Amino acid sequence: MHAAPTPSRRVMLALAAGGVAISLLPRPASAQLAAPTQAAIDRIRGGRTPQEGRVTLRLPPIAENGNTVPMTVSVESPMTAADHVKTIYVFADKNPTPDLATFHLTPAMGRASVDTRIRLGTTQDVVAIAEMSDGNLFMTRAEVKVTIGGCGG
Amino acid sequence: MAAPIGQPRVRIPAQARAGEVIDIRTLISHIMETGQRRDQAGAIIPRDIIKRFEAKFEGQLVFAMDLAPAISANPYIAFPFKVEKAGSFEFTWTNDAGEERKATNDIKLA
Amino acid sequence: MWKAAGLTIGTAALAVGIAFAQSGAPEPQRAIPDPQSGRHFATPETIAIQDDDFQNPAMLWAEEGEAAWSRVEGTAGQSCASCHTDATQTMRGVRARMPAYHPRLNRVVTLEQQINICRTERMGAAALPIDSRPLNAMTTFVALQSRGMPVAVDIAGPARAFFDRGEAFYNTRRGQLDMRCGSCHEDNYGRSLRADLLSQGMSNGFPTYRLKEQRVISLQFRLQGCVNDVRGEAPLLGGEEFTNLEFYLAWRAQGLPVESPSVRR
Repeated sequence: MHAAPTPSRRVMLALAAGGVAISLLPRPASAQLAAPTQAAIDRIRGGRTPQEGRVTLRLPPIAENGNTVPMTVSVESPMTAADHVKTIYVFADKNPTPDLATFHLTPAMGRASVDTRIRLGTTQDVVAIAEMSDGNLFMTRAEVKVTIGGCGG
Repeated sequence: MAAPIGQPRVRIPAQARAGEVIDIRTLISHIMETGQRRDQAGAIIPRDIIKRFEAKFEGQLVFAMDLAPAISANPYIAFPFKVEKAGSFEFTWTNDAGEERKATNDIKLA
Repeated sequence: MWKAAGLTIGTAALAVGIAFAQSGAPEPQRAIPDPQSGRHFATPETIAIQDDDFQNPAMLWAEEGEAAWSRVEGTAGQSCASCHTDATQTMRGVRARMPAYHPRLNRVVTLEQQINICRTERMGAAALPIDSRPLNAMTTFVALQSRGMPVAVDIAGPARAFFDRGEAFYNTRRGQLDMRCGSCHEDNYGRSLRADLLSQGMSNGFPTYRLKEQRVISLQFRLQGCVNDVRGEAPLLGGEEFTNLEFYLAWRAQGLPVESPSVRR
């Protein structure tokens, strides 16, 4: 079955050669963010330093199409009047503009977790920053590899 | 001219126990035009997105989202809510032109 | 029990045998006798969207179709429901057996074309453009009523000639890349074309919500994309060539459950 006739195999190679190779090199989590992303984060920070932890980004490591990537962002928080998540900012580091979404949360939610679907133009890091009711910031990031298909149609 | 905002879909349990955290799921038909694409003549297709979603319970804002062009077409938004009493939800989607689409749902105590 | 089943199958085989004997054409053999649906070649995230009727954006189209089902359009003052009443009853199985031979028109018609035949001949309404949103919405709604039922098109008798033309299209090399449909979907399924995992090209999930297009697309729109991919000149959407091809593709997927509306990359 897979003894493909040579013409079609040649065609496959021709198609493959026409495309952009997909980088398989891992990038360190601490890799520098793009300038627009960093500028957006700096506006939120206002001199504060985001801490690691408490925020979880759930994204597929590989998206078969960048147009519809399911995302869940959640934060460890009791979500009480005294101690809750106020805002979650999400950025896509290498999209034409980094803004993805800003979620405004209240204690009435009982749990700090939101699901949506996002567009990613290329393989990149998604960054989430949670601002707590006491003013502390927590940050995480996750890489999604966006694959380039062979079927342009 | 803004693209039509379709009929929203909202899924909420009809009833819940006091203290229970439920999931509210929403989906709305919208093209979410990014403003980055060009038409066949090469002209930029103007940005046209749902830019804001709000969820109110008994008139009180419980959750809101500012959307960017990087939210997928036909936006899907799901979030939790801690039920304390029976009441009415009102959900509002607003596009760039300021046009709104609303949905309302009631929840009862089990 | 077993004997009874054996007899039934035997009788069915006999009937099929007679049908082919009558038309004089030998029974066609499938290159992939045990086909796999496109979902087999999708990522878990994509399958999760398809399997959740709330999250599946194609359900927005199904709801639009449902609303249009009982909407009066055209000069006859009728809606789909005027003749076909409750779609959940009357449309059950229709997607599974389409495309089908239409005796009066003496050709094969797709589900989309049948909807337009109803509109123009019964309702006095304008035909909806192929792959337009309202037609895809109606097709999605009708197809949904057959979800889970095995694809079972009838290629016997007068339909056979149209099946044969569809098969010939499938097996004709075309485009600058000189590829036949099977170059990807028979000889190389399960392999990657760049990052796309090639499927068997089974049509049981159409209409489908395509992530690339971010909308529901019709099968013939996808076929047009395939022909463009091999740098060929695609025939007209809704025309005879693609319609016969769609008929042949349905037979390739014979026995697979209707998944409409599926979600594909």
